[in-house]
Amino acid sequence: MIGTKEALILIITMAITTFATRALPFFLFPSGKKTPKIITYLGKVLPYAIIGMLIIYCIKSISLTASPYGLPELIAILFVVLVHKWKHNLLLSIGGGTILYMVLIQAVFL
Amino acid sequence: MKFKAFRAAFPYTIPVLLGYVFLGTAFGISLCSKGFPFYLAILMSIIIFAGSMQFVAITVLTGGFSILSTIIMTLSVNARHLFYGLSMLDKFKDMGRKKPYMIFSLTDETYSLLCSLDPPAYINKNWFYFFIALLNQSYWILGTAIGSIAGSLIRFNWAGIDFAMTALFVVIFVDQWERSKNHLPAITGIAVAAICLIIFGPDNFIIFSMIGILIVLTLSRHYLEKRIDK
Repeated sequence: MIGTKEALILIITMAITTFATRALPFFLFPSGKKTPKIITYLGKVLPYAIIGMLIIYCIKSISLTASPYGLPELIAILFVVLVHKWKHNLLLSIGGGTILYMVLIQAVFL
Repeated sequence: MKFKAFRAAFPYTIPVLLGYVFLGTAFGISLCSKGFPFYLAILMSIIIFAGSMQFVAITVLTGGFSILSTIIMTLSVNARHLFYGLSMLDKFKDMGRKKPYMIFSLTDETYSLLCSLDPPAYINKNWFYFFIALLNQSYWILGTAIGSIAGSLIRFNWAGIDFAMTALFVVIFVDQWERSKNHLPAITGIAVAAICLIIFGPDNFIIFSMIGILIVLTLSRHYLEKRIDK
């Protein structure tokens, strides 16, 4: 656990880096300059891949070899996928999935 | 003029109001449940203002102090923002003094509203876009304040609340899956990240995953370019 001062430094680092990613296109391609084709292509396909990567990032610390073998995560993720495919309601999918996960780790898989 | 633009912008932001207050609350509770003071959560929503990144930040902040890995993680999570800017080059052209804020506040939700909305002709469109962005951020800060203050005041076992982040990404993944004709990019993301996690372990796999994903997608460009658009 890092202290508040270190946390503050990391937060400012994240703020600057986030702004930089949002601002970079405006520096690289001032109005009128044509965007290279490879960039347009990556802009289309990269977001799909990144979200997939972030799901793996979210579950990176689970252990498949020790109890509960990632089962709470698996069950809650399946719930989110099915409920979202069914209703397409952001609040229901995320809220329901989160509550289910909290119940699973606090009361079921102890 | 400004008031008219504000009134025209507000209704379009109501779905974001619901989503951001809810997610902001989950973020606020999550961060404070790890022992961080509530004002840090609110500060993050003011100066970072990036939903996914702020959830990832909780993991980053609890992982130890490293500026370099913080930058790498922020770059990977926010890489998609590079491409949001590309489609806003024209729209923000005459924004003047509002332009830096418009760039700063370009989140997924603001981006999708700005992409899909055309303000009525009698409205100043620059103020209209500005109020969309400003309202969205105020909802996010409001949610964060509610969550972080409630999280520190209310005695409750919040363990597992950070699953909201996983659920958020799963929901985006499902939405994107249904919107795209070809699923190779989505599968690439999952597969490359999973392989890198096994090889390099949970602390270092993100940078290798990013490189791997870029290589696979660049190599399959010829195949994908004809198939990705719906």
